[in-house]
Amino acid sequence: MTESNITENWPPFSWPTEGVTRIPFRIFSDPDVYKKEQELLFRGPVWNFLCLELELNEVGDYKTSFIGDTPIIVTKGRDGRINAMVNRCAHKGALVCHKEKGNAKALSCVYHSWTYDLTGQLMGLAFRDGLRGKGGMPDDFDHKKHRLQLVRTQIFAGMIFGTFSDETIDVEEFFGKEMCDILRRNFSRPLKLLGCHSQIIKNNWKLYAENVRDSYHATLLHTFYTTFKINRLDMDGGIRITDAEKPWHHLSFAKRATLQASEEYADANVHSASYDSKLDGPELLSAWNEFDDGITHSIQALFPTLAIQFTLNSLAVRWFTPRGVDETELFWMYLGYKDDDEEQEKMRIMQSNLTGAAGLVSLEDGCINEFVQRGTQGAGQSTSAFIEMGGKTIESSEASRATEVAIRGFWAGYKELMGFV
Amino acid sequence: MRSEVESKKNTCDTGDSVLDMDLRVRVMDFLSDCAHSIDDDRLEEWPNFFSERGIYHITTKENEEAGLPIGIMYCEGRGMLKDRINALRTANVFEPHTYCHLLGNTRLSYKSHDTLSARTNFSVIRTMQSGKTENFAIGKYIDEIKFDQKIIEFTLRRVVLESRRVNVLLVLPL
Repeated sequence: MTESNITENWPPFSWPTEGVTRIPFRIFSDPDVYKKEQELLFRGPVWNFLCLELELNEVGDYKTSFIGDTPIIVTKGRDGRINAMVNRCAHKGALVCHKEKGNAKALSCVYHSWTYDLTGQLMGLAFRDGLRGKGGMPDDFDHKKHRLQLVRTQIFAGMIFGTFSDETIDVEEFFGKEMCDILRRNFSRPLKLLGCHSQIIKNNWKLYAENVRDSYHATLLHTFYTTFKINRLDMDGGIRITDAEKPWHHLSFAKRATLQASEEYADANVHSASYDSKLDGPELLSAWNEFDDGITHSIQALFPTLAIQFTLNSLAVRWFTPRGVDETELFWMYLGYKDDDEEQEKMRIMQSNLTGAAGLVSLEDGCINEFVQRGTQGAGQSTSAFIEMGGKTIESSEASRATEVAIRGFWAGYKELMGFV
Repeated sequence: MRSEVESKKNTCDTGDSVLDMDLRVRVMDFLSDCAHSIDDDRLEEWPNFFSERGIYHITTKENEEAGLPIGIMYCEGRGMLKDRINALRTANVFEPHTYCHLLGNTRLSYKSHDTLSARTNFSVIRTMQSGKTENFAIGKYIDEIKFDQKIIEFTLRRVVLESRRVNVLLVLPL
């Protein structure tokens, strides 16, 4: 189907009348839906995570990223400001940066040497005046009229976000005050990158967006904690839906039941809590209370494709991006703070075993979404997922995580942006 | 000339000092046995290839070159290795699959009188229950192997993957 055909016939089907408690299965494998998401959702009024500010330290540092399928370059300009632009030469459309990261005085397309400054403005090109008086650009060519397509950016809590839409509201308003307070709590001290890797998962990107909001599955699928009787992780917790105007983001949190008063730890900067477990190597779970709000485990999902984990002391940015209708790349960026001492860093390294592509409590997510992708093949046009755990509404659930409220929040955003009624 | 060749027949030049060929064969068998314990689903034997406080670290070339400490898996001590195996036997959920390790030639040298440094390139082919077979992991083992007359064991095994990207998930050790 061509782009114009999709537009004329959009939306191609009506959403089930039950609303966000029903998710038509075809939405995970329909190539036309995927194409339309690029336009209405990723290039729509949302803040897309691009990269971390700490990845661009020096003037001229650049990093490539993606907004949906669209390749993006993020740079640190001569004035020290962050710029973002589409990684697509204004001449023939080739990638301008073909290395994932680096440092450059200017961005030069290797195809015909069209060269852009760090803000994406065209500065010059090869053979503009031709050779020996012949060839070259026409007289009316004005290099000032050509540039790499600009992406509007905003930085919040050390994270760089980009949007194509002029209508995207301020980033703090978009996420909501409560979500921003949590981001500030986690990211306000100078950060240090401890490592990263990625994972190719064989499912539509929205299945991971659901999965990371799915507090219902956590102790059912990921049985590492229960099997090894790590009792102290049987904790009170809940779901906080953002207080922003749109309920698209959430925080899932837990408090260790036998939390010690923080004063007891005041003398020793680090105190390893011991877990009553059946682990042969219990040092895996050595941890300390990093904050005095009692929250020892949190997953925050920010619409559309970002999640922040703080599992014990393991802080990581999870960012995922579609690689086709049935493939998604999930990036794990593990962080610490610059002022961590050796013991603290060691604990973050040990705890990193819990998550990631080989994570003791997360590796199942690598295949479970694929099982849904495969299970929903041939589902036809009328079958849907049933998402009523914890009710039918989208409101915070401070007492229980046995709920699918955050998933409903995601679909509220998706439906609205995609024009499904 | 001839006598030089004769004298080197049972040794191998490792730079600083000369490695006995018998020891080299012993190390080769050790490395193969470790890989085969995984390929043959004798995973409970695998932690025993490590010393009591041995380190097993899977990371990527990208992290390695940037000097970053977190990769994909980090185990310190046989206890953590056993926990990994127990977890995948009893707790973790994944689609059944097997590995086949292909080991390249090993470059060996002495790190100290009782410890060898070894680098072995490898490729691990993963076969799913559906019959799908694919190249799952390519990289190098950077090992420190302690030995005496009786024992031979890893004190350190760094698995450095070429790619930063894991295909679906990693649960069996590499």
